[in-house]
Amino acid sequence: MRYGTVLLILGVLLCMASLTMLPPMGISLWEGDGEHMPFLISFLLLVAIGGFLWSTYRDEPRELRLRDGFLVVAAMWIVMGMAAALPLTLARNPALSFTDAVFETVSGLTTTGATTIIGLDTLPSSILYYRQQLQWLGGMGIIVLAVAVLPMLRIGGMQLYRAETPGPMKDTKLTPRITETAKALWYIYLVITVLCALSYWVAGMSVFDAIGHAFSTLSTGGFSTHDASLSYFHSPLIEFVSIVFMAVSGINFSLHFLAWRRLSVRVYLEDPEVQTYFFVLGMGALASTVVLFFTNIYDGVFESFRFGLFQVVSCITTTGYTTASFYTWPAMLPPLLLILGMMGACGGSTAGGLKSLRVLMLYRQSLREIGRLIHPNAHIPIKIGGTRLSGRMVDSVWGFFFFYVVSYIVLGLMMTATGLDITSAFAAVGTSIANLGPGLGDVGPNFTVVSDAGKWICAFAMILGRLEIFTVLVLFTPAFWRQ
Amino acid sequence: MKIIILGAGQVGTSAAASLSREDNDITVVDLDAMKLRELQDRLDLRTVQGFGSYPSVLERAGAQDADLLVALTNNDETNMTACQVAYALYKTPKRIARVRAREYLDHPDLFGDQAVPIDVLISPEQIVTEHIQRLIEYPGALQVLDFADGRVRMVAVRTYADGPLVGHQLSELRRHMPSDVDTRVAAVYRRDKPIIPEGDTVIEAGDEVFFIAARNDIRTVMRELRRLGEPAKRIVIAGGGNIGQALAKALENRYYVKLIERDREHARRIAEGLEKAIVLVGDCADEDLLREENIDQTDVYCALTNDDEANILSSLLGKRMGAGKVMTLINRPAYVDLVEASAIDIAISPQQVTIGALLTHVRRGDLVRVHSLRRGAAEAIEAVAHGDSRSSKVVGRTIQDIELPPGTTIGGIVRGEQVLMAHHDLQVEAGDHLLLFVVDKRCIGDIENLFQPSPTFL
Repeated sequence: MRYGTVLLILGVLLCMASLTMLPPMGISLWEGDGEHMPFLISFLLLVAIGGFLWSTYRDEPRELRLRDGFLVVAAMWIVMGMAAALPLTLARNPALSFTDAVFETVSGLTTTGATTIIGLDTLPSSILYYRQQLQWLGGMGIIVLAVAVLPMLRIGGMQLYRAETPGPMKDTKLTPRITETAKALWYIYLVITVLCALSYWVAGMSVFDAIGHAFSTLSTGGFSTHDASLSYFHSPLIEFVSIVFMAVSGINFSLHFLAWRRLSVRVYLEDPEVQTYFFVLGMGALASTVVLFFTNIYDGVFESFRFGLFQVVSCITTTGYTTASFYTWPAMLPPLLLILGMMGACGGSTAGGLKSLRVLMLYRQSLREIGRLIHPNAHIPIKIGGTRLSGRMVDSVWGFFFFYVVSYIVLGLMMTATGLDITSAFAAVGTSIANLGPGLGDVGPNFTVVSDAGKWICAFAMILGRLEIFTVLVLFTPAFWRQ
Repeated sequence: MKIIILGAGQVGTSAAASLSREDNDITVVDLDAMKLRELQDRLDLRTVQGFGSYPSVLERAGAQDADLLVALTNNDETNMTACQVAYALYKTPKRIARVRAREYLDHPDLFGDQAVPIDVLISPEQIVTEHIQRLIEYPGALQVLDFADGRVRMVAVRTYADGPLVGHQLSELRRHMPSDVDTRVAAVYRRDKPIIPEGDTVIEAGDEVFFIAARNDIRTVMRELRRLGEPAKRIVIAGGGNIGQALAKALENRYYVKLIERDREHARRIAEGLEKAIVLVGDCADEDLLREENIDQTDVYCALTNDDEANILSSLLGKRMGAGKVMTLINRPAYVDLVEASAIDIAISPQQVTIGALLTHVRRGDLVRVHSLRRGAAEAIEAVAHGDSRSSKVVGRTIQDIELPPGTTIGGIVRGEQVLMAHHDLQVEAGDHLLLFVVDKRCIGDIENLFQPSPTFL
């Protein structure tokens, strides 16, 4: 382990992160809401710490080894979770404790979208904007952004990229150069965000709401600038725009890149992961519409479909917008929606969860086991999209799945120990680890009832989920720290 | 430049490594997923797994907008087909391929846009063989680099206290030599640090001096820098692979050549292909065999098997037992550093010898030859000056007026059949070939700009 190099890169990253304090500060000054000081203080502090690390370790070698990459990424997310919480603690409105501020920040950066703030509609614009911006930055990833803009990360960039990008296919590069790949991803992300904001604006949102919601839609985060989330607008058109862009954000961004390169939508239709994703999405929408219609929650098929589809898309992409209190819906719908969220959308997208491709791989692998029982001598390869999966890939997916479940159970039990009932406790951990947002039971609307200890557990679960477990868990093994 | 490299073997890997360090987008294609994974972990490039000549694989590797295809797989036919596919389907502008079989190489008409569209054929074994052959020709030389089809050569020598010029200024060099012999010192390395040679630079014993001279004058100049040994007569080659065989064939008429090969069956085939050289069956690290074959009388011992460790050990043994000079083929760059200060006289790194042939075609501007030196840190370049005094930054100017990047020297100029040494008042004409020595590879971009006629004037 080369701590000098790790600290040097952390220093540079913190300096870069300090710039994110400037836009909300500008908004605060523009609006005159009096909350510019917290941002200024945070900016100066980040610059000071980052600059100190940068200048102290500037002579260290800049080449990152595989192991250092994990440490940099995990440390950056933890440090950012704390540092970016500063403005929220320092602000007078909302008056948040440090724990609440960290919870809110981590929930934002990991694009979870769970909140402890009630009364969003009365908050100053700068704070509201800051929350939305956190989600947007966390969506494509702060590290990926750093790899795109900092030439010094050219050498170790791949290690960092791999430790932060979600999905089982971490080695696929869009372009030969890692910086170019990172840039391409951010350009696509930016362009779709602009399209989304325009669409929201045309559909009737104010400019501020349109930009804010575009940020949290594209990042599949789910923060809103209103307590009532998207139901504040009472507009089927806005909900439709939201459904389209959430669904788009749940698709692998490499496919967006290819579609744009080849100017064709065929790449989406031919992709086995997208097929799975839309199949599950369609089944979920069908089930919720049918249940909602026959239990007479909403009037008529159209209304049932409107609310059912919205909630299914919002959950499967792990966005977590709500147009209805779905945790009070009848029958199996609440747990179904939570489970859809834990399954998640596509790898390489901004969504959380297990990812469709992994589910597909596990499914095919399980089918193979059945096939082997019937034909003990058969050689049955696991194929996805016509190409055979290597044994290593299948192994790593099973390993991931095991740790995903174990983390869920262990953290769920710890959560129960903090005093929540079982449903709420496991829903809170599930929604955190999947980066979804809303839970069930007591944590359905928000996380205000959760104790401080519980909030720290959830914040940890969110980072665990965002970095796909291994990047964080590897730091807990003694072998990692052995020289 | 966007470059696709087919084959992640030794040559492919080292080409990818040195090209990706410059401003190139590299995609490597190979069948072996493990090899590719390792490569991608180490270097900033993209990898594609698949069979290099299949259109679907080339397409995934981005053949549509690639500028250069370098086919370096082990299979001649794959390389040739890949070039044909890239040319026919994707109009890849430039195609370089490794072709080894004499059967193909003996028919130059085969390679053209009408038949097999390969622009440049490279054969790493042949390049390495010629490299060793030149080193044997000049005992005492560390490197011998050809320019202008071998009419001019750049030679690297380690100076010894017994050379007449050692301890004197460079400007005295001309006074020592006959009037018709001219030379130019391009660079001096002292304790591995480059020194830009001026007239008043004093040569010390132990310096590594790069000089340029016409082919026939090289011995005369070398004699000024060190005592020249007797020309080599007896040569022992260990290893009967492609390089060993080709070298034995090239040398057997002028020297006494013995070749040691371990495999009896293979040794028989080699012996059938050679006229005079003696093929011995045995282990090159076998002390008795070496003694039996008079290793102590041998002038040059070349260890050329494809096993680095065996080469190093047998060279050390040969040197200990009295061989005059040992040359060792070493693939791993780390080993080259390791043996630098040992008993081994010359470590030959096939990658470094071959990479120049590729760099020649990757660089912008009209370059005829590029030689990579000192583990890729420095380069010797033969560049053609085009345009006229208005459009070119070189043509029409005298040597001293050309704005060279720091650490770069012009050693000489080849004008038609004439070889001119670069004196400060020499004027460059259009069509001249300039021989440059670049100490710091980071300046390569400036040199490329220098030799590209500015489009605004065209």
